Amino acid sequence: MKSQWAILVVDDEDIMRDSMAAWLREDGYTVHTASTGREALELARKRDFALYFVDLKMPGGIDGIQTMVELKKLYPDPAVVIVTAYATVDTAIMAMKQGAYEYIVKPCNPEEISLLVERVIKVKNLQRENLLLKKKLTRKYSFQDIISKNQKMQEIFQLVREVSSLRSTVLIQGESGTGKELIARAIHFSGDRADKPFVCVSCAALAETLLESELFGHEKGSFTGAIGRKKGKFELAHEGTIFLDEIGDISSKLQMDLLRVIQERTFFRVGGSEEIQVDTRVIAATNKDLQKAVADGTFRDDLYYRLNVINIQIPPLRERREDIPLLARNFVEQISHEVGKEVEDISEGALKILLDHDWPGNVRELENAVERAIVTTKTRVLLEEAFSFLVNGKKEKKGFDIPAGMSLEDLEREAITVTMQRTEGNVKEAASILGIDRSTLYDKIKKYNLAR
Amino acid sequence: MKVGVVAIGSIEQRWSDAVERHIRAVFGFSTERLPPLDRVEFALDERRAQYSSSLILRELATLGPPAVSRVVGITECDIFIPMLKFVFGQAQLGGQIAVISLARLRQEFYGLPSDAELLDLRMKKVLVHELGHTFGLTHCTDRTCVMVLSTNLDQLDAKLDAFCGSCLGLIREHLGNVDHE
Ligand SMILES: [Zn+2]
Ligand SMILES: [Zn+2]
Repeated sequence: MKSQWAILVVDDEDIMRDSMAAWLREDGYTVHTASTGREALELARKRDFALYFVDLKMPGGIDGIQTMVELKKLYPDPAVVIVTAYATVDTAIMAMKQGAYEYIVKPCNPEEISLLVERVIKVKNLQRENLLLKKKLTRKYSFQDIISKNQKMQEIFQLVREVSSLRSTVLIQGESGTGKELIARAIHFSGDRADKPFVCVSCAALAETLLESELFGHEKGSFTGAIGRKKGKFELAHEGTIFLDEIGDISSKLQMDLLRVIQERTFFRVGGSEEIQVDTRVIAATNKDLQKAVADGTFRDDLYYRLNVINIQIPPLRERREDIPLLARNFVEQISHEVGKEVEDISEGALKILLDHDWPGNVRELENAVERAIVTTKTRVLLEEAFSFLVNGKKEKKGFDIPAGMSLEDLEREAITVTMQRTEGNVKEAASILGIDRSTLYDKIKKYNLAR
Repeated sequence: MKVGVVAIGSIEQRWSDAVERHIRAVFGFSTERLPPLDRVEFALDERRAQYSSSLILRELATLGPPAVSRVVGITECDIFIPMLKFVFGQAQLGGQIAVISLARLRQEFYGLPSDAELLDLRMKKVLVHELGHTFGLTHCTDRTCVMVLSTNLDQLDAKLDAFCGSCLGLIREHLGNVDHE
């Protein structure tokens, strides 16, 4: 993506500066200009530029070389190209000695400049790629990775900072796809447990006995299939954090076990008699209304109060629409990179579609939509057409309302059930309506335990 | 959309005609011949013996809207911006004004026999490219697209005289999805 790289052109001569800036802008770069060395430094103090074209001779105290020297104090390795009208060997040598990236004599061949810019940007891209890769490898999501300019989200970030080094239990509530796990990771990785394990368990995915052994481990032969002795996630997360996702889905027996481990910090492995002590911080999350579950008697109130020491409510994406362009552009950058496709941006028209959409699946749905658009697009910039599936889906829905708090899985189950009813159990027909292949549909029917 | 065409300095009528013809064929816009800009001395840089394209654009800008929505100047003068030895053309990115020069598109400039057909094709590419800039298009990465940057004649000759699908899509979006064929 070229436009994210900014270039600074520094020259006291108006036409020289503006025509150069215009020429670089046509190449897709963001270009800023400054008419003195002082002004250049002021701009550079606010942000680093990928490349600086600095005229050697400028009035007003600081010349090109001095400007470069000052830039080097601001950033470790700024790419400064010194531009001059008169080639003298002395100044060339001086510029290079002082650490200029390049020294050019104007006027130069258009080709020369375009190759030079390309070369510098390529290096900058590589540096950034390495950085992204490193970030990904360590999987240390600080909240800088959660993107938002929304006021409520900013307050959450502040709260995350404040509670990250406490041992208190945290309950994160929010609809599916709002990024509850990211917040949990942010709490863990910005606190003093950051170098200890962060262990995730999705409580909804497993049957009760399996979940129990998953959480607390088991002794050999404690149940059918328990071949060896196994440590549970609570033990694995010792001194670190355990993240219990979809906590609203656990059985009353497990609710009791959890209450015990949170209160006493001890537990038994399944089939074991040895009491095990752990120091594990618990962060729980749910998209269900736990308070209502407590009122209904399906969730223990004592466990609820134990979990709800610190409460974080993540707003759904439709209540923080100002983040949509920001998030969408960020996904374009990430995903185009991941799938190796040169997609650079989203057009204004396409953004409007994204802003108008309701996002029942929240940030995750937005991410999926951007991915789908990138995979199918043939253009460098995602146009309205790339998101036609959002618009078409809306038209077909005709007022079909999705209750808040419904997960994408629930939606999928619903869509398959309805379609199978309409096709009277004809899997081939249903698969074609749903736009998936038959074997995928079979898998999903099995997964959701649907009658055919 | 109407594009005004201005002959700058001394130039054969047939080239201004060709500019209008290409604009109608490629974009489907109507065109209008504006009064010529006969005297170009204001843009002359005596030391370089070349003409400043920035100053020419500035002059063309005074002829712009509302009479026409784009103004394209065509000249035989060798044009430049201070940083570069020459430019084939220049335009305001997302603006109304563009200028193209035939000087360095001519085979004669390089001591070769003249070739009117080749010159016409080169001119068309530079013209479409610069007009593309006025619709906010930046350089394309598709090597065959007319919006790819060409800094020399080899690159100019290697590309097609048409937009790739991506650039075409952006132009259509810019024009509010009006299909101009
Ligand atoms: Zn261009
Ligand atoms: Zn293109």
